[in-house]
Amino acid sequence: MTGMPSQRIDDIAARLDAMIASADATLVAAAPEFAEDLLALGDAILEIWLTAHDATPTTRTVEGFRLLALQRQGARGDASFNACRETCRELVYHRNLVCLDPAHPDTARRLRLGAMVARHLALFIGGKLEVAGLGEFCCASRPLRSQEANTQPAEIA
Amino acid sequence: MSGKYKNVAYYPGCALEGTGHAYNRSTKELGKALGLEITELKNWNCCGAMEVKNVDPKLQTYLSARNLSIAEKMGFDTVMAPCNGCYHNLKKAEYDLANDASSREVNSRLSSKAGHKTYEAGTVETIHALDWIKEAIGEEGLKARVKNSLKGLKVANYYGCMYTRPRHIFPEKDKGPGSESTAKPHFMDDLLAAAGAENVEYPLKTACCGGAHTLSDCDTSTKLVLNLLTTAEACGADVIATECPTCHTGLEMHQVRAEKVLGRKTTVKILYFTQLLGMALGLSARKVGVHENFSESSAFLRARGLG
Repeated sequence: MTGMPSQRIDDIAARLDAMIASADATLVAAAPEFAEDLLALGDAILEIWLTAHDATPTTRTVEGFRLLALQRQGARGDASFNACRETCRELVYHRNLVCLDPAHPDTARRLRLGAMVARHLALFIGGKLEVAGLGEFCCASRPLRSQEANTQPAEIA
Repeated sequence: MSGKYKNVAYYPGCALEGTGHAYNRSTKELGKALGLEITELKNWNCCGAMEVKNVDPKLQTYLSARNLSIAEKMGFDTVMAPCNGCYHNLKKAEYDLANDASSREVNSRLSSKAGHKTYEAGTVETIHALDWIKEAIGEEGLKARVKNSLKGLKVANYYGCMYTRPRHIFPEKDKGPGSESTAKPHFMDDLLAAAGAENVEYPLKTACCGGAHTLSDCDTSTKLVLNLLTTAEACGADVIATECPTCHTGLEMHQVRAEKVLGRKTTVKILYFTQLLGMALGLSARKVGVHENFSESSAFLRARGLG
């Protein structure tokens, strides 16, 4: 599972499903590559959202990760993006777990869980592309967030 | 444990009188079993929930503030709300009133019109049921009271979204050791571990369940919930512990729907954390309302000597 992520949410979800269904030996044999792919697929999911909203996906990073910067970018002016903040952070965490210790006995399981986290991101963003209000009712505190819409987060490197 | 919150006002909110009745029952029974006193707010109203908040956020602030004003009038400085939505809205109202002059103006105007004292920010503290048990009893206090350990029960703790978002309406969180984390909440994990449960590492503990879209956009919710359920199972969980009636009902309903519509069967059980703690304290499954859940977990609990 290498190469550039595909640009359709369904294709990305299918790739994640394939990763989840892979044998342990397959995952372990190329663990760092799979971990980097997970992150790239996460980036691709958020790029799809941003592009669909006429935004140019940032190339910046937050805490060293583009995924977190893309999430920040998506969240600006759209409080419902809060709903995938921790999902993105969990994805980064699972990527780090694998990359820091690819020989760990839990590596295959960690990769599968990371893929499930990425799948949740795909489902959430895919859902939002169909129903923009997804996450809006629960997570958003619209009047508060709208005040922040035009402020540039200082943490973006 | 700080020993505070032993006597608090109780705001059940609408869901706990309907679909979340098991949560209402188990919260009250748990409090009783732990010797904690809760007094329901008199003549409480809707917190503004999801609908009012999005149509007219300032009206939602007023509706929540009215409940806080009732707590104050009843002589309480703390109100406990087990529902994530209510908890979130009361916290949001507190934030609005402290930081937004126009929210204060609307609250004052509507309070005068309704004929009650205008609530002022900082008078009543809103806490969640998790804060309540964690502070009033604590892990050590719970351990000492456990009669029927949850030992062997593997639990994925699912907090949902409104317990931690948006961060700035929860100023007491993220204050280092002992405080709750908005990025990786752990109060429910701590309490259930104290009752003997084995918490699994669950990476989707605050992920979206599609809550508000449960009826209007069923398929999205079903897919999101199915992923929550399958991930919990992949983590080795027997049970998903919940602390929000909206999440809980959504998980239960879409577990059934995922099997019917998508042909994907999952067997992980869904129980409120108050039900699990109650049973650990020796209360029966019936006493904590397991029979009121939409999903069936009685046989599973019996097989493990619970309830």
